[in-house]
Amino acid sequence: MTNETVIKTDKLTKRFGDFIATNEITFEVYAGEIFGFLGANGAGKTTAMKMLCGLSTPSSGNATIAGFDIYKQTEEIKKNIGYMSQKFSLYEDLTVLENIQFFGGIYGLTDKQLKAKSNQLIETLGMQNEAKKLVASLPLGWKQKLAFSVAILHEPKIVFLDEPTGGVDPIVRRQFWDLIYSAADRGITIFVTTHYMDEAEYCNRVSMMVDGVIKALDTPDNLKKQFSASSMDDVFFELARGAKRKAD
Amino acid sequence: MADVELHNIVKTYNKGEVKAVNDVSFSVNEGELFGLIGADGAGKTSIFRILTTLLLPDSGNASVSGFDVIKDYKNIRSSVGYMPGKFSLYQDLSVEENLNFFASVFNTSVKENYDLIKDIYVQIEPFKDRRAGKLSGGMKQKLALCCALIHRPKVLFLDEPTTGVDTVSRKEFWEMLKRLKQQGITILVSTPYMDEATLCERIALIQNGKILSIDTPDEIVKQFPENLFAVKANDMSKLLNDLRKNNEIKTCNAFGEFHHITFQNDNENSHNELIHILQKANHQNIELKHITPSIEDCFIKLMN
Repeated sequence: MTNETVIKTDKLTKRFGDFIATNEITFEVYAGEIFGFLGANGAGKTTAMKMLCGLSTPSSGNATIAGFDIYKQTEEIKKNIGYMSQKFSLYEDLTVLENIQFFGGIYGLTDKQLKAKSNQLIETLGMQNEAKKLVASLPLGWKQKLAFSVAILHEPKIVFLDEPTGGVDPIVRRQFWDLIYSAADRGITIFVTTHYMDEAEYCNRVSMMVDGVIKALDTPDNLKKQFSASSMDDVFFELARGAKRKAD
Repeated sequence: MADVELHNIVKTYNKGEVKAVNDVSFSVNEGELFGLIGADGAGKTSIFRILTTLLLPDSGNASVSGFDVIKDYKNIRSSVGYMPGKFSLYQDLSVEENLNFFASVFNTSVKENYDLIKDIYVQIEPFKDRRAGKLSGGMKQKLALCCALIHRPKVLFLDEPTTGVDTVSRKEFWEMLKRLKQQGITILVSTPYMDEATLCERIALIQNGKILSIDTPDEIVKQFPENLFAVKANDMSKLLNDLRKNNEIKTCNAFGEFHHITFQNDNENSHNELIHILQKANHQNIELKHITPSIEDCFIKLMN
């Protein structure tokens, strides 16, 4: 983790008619940091993430992602980030290898780079026997590990992970965090949402969103001190139980 | 008396290639809140679909409220409530229309059983004219529960009702389940969240179609075969690596604020020795304490 800022937002806001989904959020994320972006369902996390990924134009406020402007340079942003979610990750009816080559191609890797990367990735994940199998036939845990590796295939500055570990078994969940740690050690910034509060503990810093606003942002230790809580679960409960919104 | 019984149930897919449910037997007592705990792909949904007569087992037998899942499927369908993991109400009917529809299918009315769903329904009533497809996740979940309850079922099957739901809504949902249990309804619920296991009276831990253990959460914790310790220091990532490399450490898993470890030779000497080694490796603010295992610790232990 360094002091280089890779995400910087200033009063970033998104309105849908009268509804303010994301309300003047201001924060910074540093290179190589594991940043937990937490909040209740409907707090505005997805809307905020879509803006940060260059997929949705803000109503007001400013932000730069990997040094690129969120209004004018959305294409550059997309080239410099990775994204994975539990819902959309890989093409089920392509093989492991085909998925790697497809996404690598989209991110502009050359054939030579792709070949080296594919081999390296398959070896790291121990998927030599599965390389030519359809992704649909893999257990969920393997799919998620593969999806993460594909999302960082082009060594992006930042990777956005939207509930990456939902539903996976406790051992795979931990293996997944090993992959996150090793990516962060290589300098890739991790921006992650989760409903598992033990995972909030693995983040360098955590923000808590309630009703479109960032209510708290600090290290897990400091948040627990601030709210006199014994766990991150208690911190979350303390902040989110007053939420007015119950959307998704 | 058992309200749900499974004996040696087997279910395979792809001509036997995938064993989704592998010789599963358990029973749920009348009025019990029973949890099926396991990750995606463990076989939970197949079990639910067999019990609700939507899927035929390859072998074994099962019954619900004394009715056989194959011979008496009609009796089961009219007497149980089922909330599938995937939202399955009519997206283009309103909240109220969905509820009336399900009541009429079961030859009853919303009015007749309103007392059972009142607590839950009042929370979505302000949106009763909204189409179900336009509801938020939390509200869909509440509507689905109302629809599953509207004919006052004896047994309620809830397949991952809290997946993807935040911790506050999850706590609220479990409060609702407790109240339903007080009404005498037998509840079989599945979840991938290990922390929810302790809210059930008895649980079955399931992985790859096999039951790993069935008991009360307390008993499962008591059966954990070793002393478990929690350890933390300033640099948790380095600590995890150092612990994994240490031959004296038998198991080591990250558990949020702490790493949980067991020792090869568990005695005071080995504890002191570990602290000494960690100090030598420049770890700061080392803390080591004996702890009671969680269900997740037990699950990981049983998986290995």
